Amino acid sequence: MGLTVDIKKRLNGFTLDASWEIGNELAVLFGQSGAGKSLTLQLIAGLMKPDSGIISSGENDYFDQARGINIPPYKRSFGYVFQDLALFPHMTVRENILYGSKGVPDEERLERLADLTGKFRISGIEDKMPSEISGGQKQRVAFARALIRRPEVLLLDEPFSALDNPLRIEMRAFLMQVREDFNLPVVLVTHDVYEAFTMPDQLIVYSNGRVAQTGAPSEVFSRPASKEVELLVSAKDIYSEMSGMKKVVHFDRPGPDLHRKAEIVIN
Amino acid sequence: MDSSVIFSMRLSLQVAAVATIFVLIFGVTVAYFLARKNFKGKEVLDVLFTLPLVLPPTVTGYYLIIAFGRNGFIGRYLYELTGWSIMFTWYAAVLASFVVALPLMIKTSRAAIESVDKNLINASFTLGHTETGTALKVILPLAKKGIIAGAVLSFARALGEFGATLMLAGNLPGKTDTMPLAIYSLAGSGDWDKAGGMVLLLTIMAGLFLYMANRYSRKVF
Repeated sequence: MGLTVDIKKRLNGFTLDASWEIGNELAVLFGQSGAGKSLTLQLIAGLMKPDSGIISSGENDYFDQARGINIPPYKRSFGYVFQDLALFPHMTVRENILYGSKGVPDEERLERLADLTGKFRISGIEDKMPSEISGGQKQRVAFARALIRRPEVLLLDEPFSALDNPLRIEMRAFLMQVREDFNLPVVLVTHDVYEAFTMPDQLIVYSNGRVAQTGAPSEVFSRPASKEVELLVSAKDIYSEMSGMKKVVHFDRPGPDLHRKAEIVIN
Repeated sequence: MDSSVIFSMRLSLQVAAVATIFVLIFGVTVAYFLARKNFKGKEVLDVLFTLPLVLPPTVTGYYLIIAFGRNGFIGRYLYELTGWSIMFTWYAAVLASFVVALPLMIKTSRAAIESVDKNLINASFTLGHTETGTALKVILPLAKKGIIAGAVLSFARALGEFGATLMLAGNLPGKTDTMPLAIYSLAGSGDWDKAGGMVLLLTIMAGLFLYMANRYSRKVF
């Protein structure tokens, strides 16, 4: 289980040239807006075609320019949660989730639906339309829809960025729980420095279409490899909300393993 | 009501209904490809299908005669094979209505299909659905209101079709005289009372359909 990405893509004067590899872990693609993070996810999912390179997951090669492989998006096994969630407005919650169960045997579909709605605490709203449920419920429905097919990797394109703070905190914990329950690699795109520091096993820092640094978050934050990474990880206003600018800041990792603490020194 | 009035009304509705069914099937298909696919000559195709909207119906009728007349480049083979020609039958009225109503369908449904959120389409792909599955379950249902509005507009346009129908189907009483053609004949022969009745009837019908089109299209655009 894992994901290998080594791709180049030119698009409207922007050049993406990114290469990274993750195992069965939570990886965060972190960087400013327009750094190429979301584009990377779209290329992985097959929604756009890279100019060159490879994309593979486990034993499945999804894209390989040299060997002429380009698997269409509907045959790739990625769960994708969009920034705006992209719930189908003309379908009920049940229909939305079941829409993701293509290829699942009929007798198993409803079982999985019941399992997911139970686990995600969204049972009882299956007959409602997306416009009739709360923001948190929408998030959970989008996750359920992306997971019902049991994808190889979960791709998340800033799904929490538009949420208010209490809900965002709740959803971060929810994501850590999902990662634990489903035991699958997760790629989370974010420009939120708090998420970048506290959530990933591996942090992949993007800058201007390139990978500027990868590593454990504590390592990247305490030893930025370049000036641009340092700027990204040391924006002072971001820390102020959390710890009042102390020299050493402790973050609780959200989710089930609260005992794991990360530590950072701000210079 | 006079039996000839009833005949004209029934024929008009029949012609408009059949033309609208074909317009719906063909128009939505063309609109889908224009909206979703990039191919060479795409805008030329769009112009070609839109032309009947701006050309005088007599010009459209002229082209249709060139194509489907007994000596036309399609009509000739049809006549050789079957001994039948579409000219001066009610099918010709359907063909004329189809061609003049098609641009309304294509324009309206292309706009509706293009306005479907790209993220929803992408989401459908990542959930394992092909282009065809996505078209049937996501794109067309979400463009439904625009497509219905286009169909109602097409029906109203077909109902009022005159020029191309006159050239292609003629104005044969009891055979191809749809309401607009019958009104023309009645006014020409000085039967103003009957003509006026039909005018009123047609106005009410057209107004009703436009009202329905507005009700749908307001929610789309």
